[in-house]
Amino acid sequence: MDILRAITENRIWRSVVRHGVRATNRNRVMVVMENVFLHLHSTKVRGRSMELSSTYYLGGLALTLNAILTATGLMLMLYYHPSVPQAYRDMKELQFVVSNGVFLRNMHRWAAHAMVLSVFLHLLRVFYHKAYRPPREFNWVVGVFLLLLTLLLSYTGYLLPWDQLAFWGVSVGTNMVRAMPFLGPVVRFHLLGGNIVGENALLRFYVLHCVLLPLALALGIAVHLWRVRKDGGVCGSSGLRRSGAGQPRE
Amino acid sequence: MPGNPVSEFRLEGNSDARAVPKRVALIRREEPARLLEDRDELLTTAPHLLLREVIVVQLCVTGLAVASLLFDAPLEGIADPTDTPNPAKAPWYFLGLQELLHYFPPVVAGVLLPALAVVGLVVIPYFRINIEVVGFYERPRKRSLAALGLATALVCGFLVAYRVWSVLVPTLLIFSLTALPAVPRCPAGWKRRLSRIPLSDWIMTWFVAVVTILTLIGVFFRGPAWAWTWPWRDGIF
Repeated sequence: MDILRAITENRIWRSVVRHGVRATNRNRVMVVMENVFLHLHSTKVRGRSMELSSTYYLGGLALTLNAILTATGLMLMLYYHPSVPQAYRDMKELQFVVSNGVFLRNMHRWAAHAMVLSVFLHLLRVFYHKAYRPPREFNWVVGVFLLLLTLLLSYTGYLLPWDQLAFWGVSVGTNMVRAMPFLGPVVRFHLLGGNIVGENALLRFYVLHCVLLPLALALGIAVHLWRVRKDGGVCGSSGLRRSGAGQPRE
Repeated sequence: MPGNPVSEFRLEGNSDARAVPKRVALIRREEPARLLEDRDELLTTAPHLLLREVIVVQLCVTGLAVASLLFDAPLEGIADPTDTPNPAKAPWYFLGLQELLHYFPPVVAGVLLPALAVVGLVVIPYFRINIEVVGFYERPRKRSLAALGLATALVCGFLVAYRVWSVLVPTLLIFSLTALPAVPRCPAGWKRRLSRIPLSDWIMTWFVAVVTILTLIGVFFRGPAWAWTWPWRDGIF
């Protein structure tokens, strides 16, 4: 304990972390309030809203998966060239040359599927708990756009391995875009950088997948979490209180 | 302690309503959800919530690591524009749309219906029907069931015209569940439970059922030329 105290009570440590380590209520509040990352939380929360059946932690799960995807995605970028046919060769390099390359790609792939699923389940949870009601309307709208961004991220990443699965999966999808009245062919042309799924399309999907969409998602998530806090914290199943059809209990 | 200014204040606890009056608030049906929050115990975020969040993160990372050790991500041969696989399938979350493409012209399946779904989701919190938490049969308004039946009939007519049986079945199923409490011989337990469900929940459940069924069909039951296959007999394409 003396060592702990020596570390946490000298001038250098206290210049970084201003609160002490004692388990006082004041310190516990300071932990959250004085930390740029944690202060998206309110300093105190309702006991009930932390129960599993309140949120099933689905939003937190989606955020965690997003963090895993960012970390594994950055590492995959070190081994990837968005060009034809090098992109596919890089997949083979991951498989046979890079240490734990297969594990890295597996993590990224499964996390991506899990994120699409958890974001969708999160939407359903919020809907059935009626957690979108005033004052949370706008945050629901932000959430729907985050779902769309998640789908777009997953979809743009689908092309990057440049195998048959990727090529034809994206061909099917971009052919649907063409059906859009008036704008369809133009949108498709700009999305693919041409009329076919080729080298330009790979580069564009790469830039969308690694730069543009992640930035948009990060901004959206920041707004989403900020609004959760500003609108009074997470709304669990309490919105469903039944006695007297919508009237509060008591 | 004598002399301490704090001791001049006396803390009172009393359950007698005349001695300690309670506040009364009148809240309308469409009141903010914030007012419905429990007045239960407030706990500090650190460590109570943070600890739970760490557990969620750890479970998530562990589960994914195990899955990544057990199952390899698919990788087929290099992309070849001259070799079209049959069937060519989109990723699983778009297979519901691809299944719709089998029934409707592209402009309906690929543009109109997804756009409707997105707009429908966005506007949810701005409609009174979604704000009320009143069961379909607890609403004061009459004739709602007739209106809902008419809407369902229109949708079903559209589905029959395009022979979309896979959407028609869940539509009819969900509607019969909605209408069940109106049937005189409906069992009391069912009636009590079903009549409490708000209309918004019925609509969302219908939407989710349709999306799920279409996606499952697209993933497991479609083979070459988008023909129907049985996954246990022909495998998954």
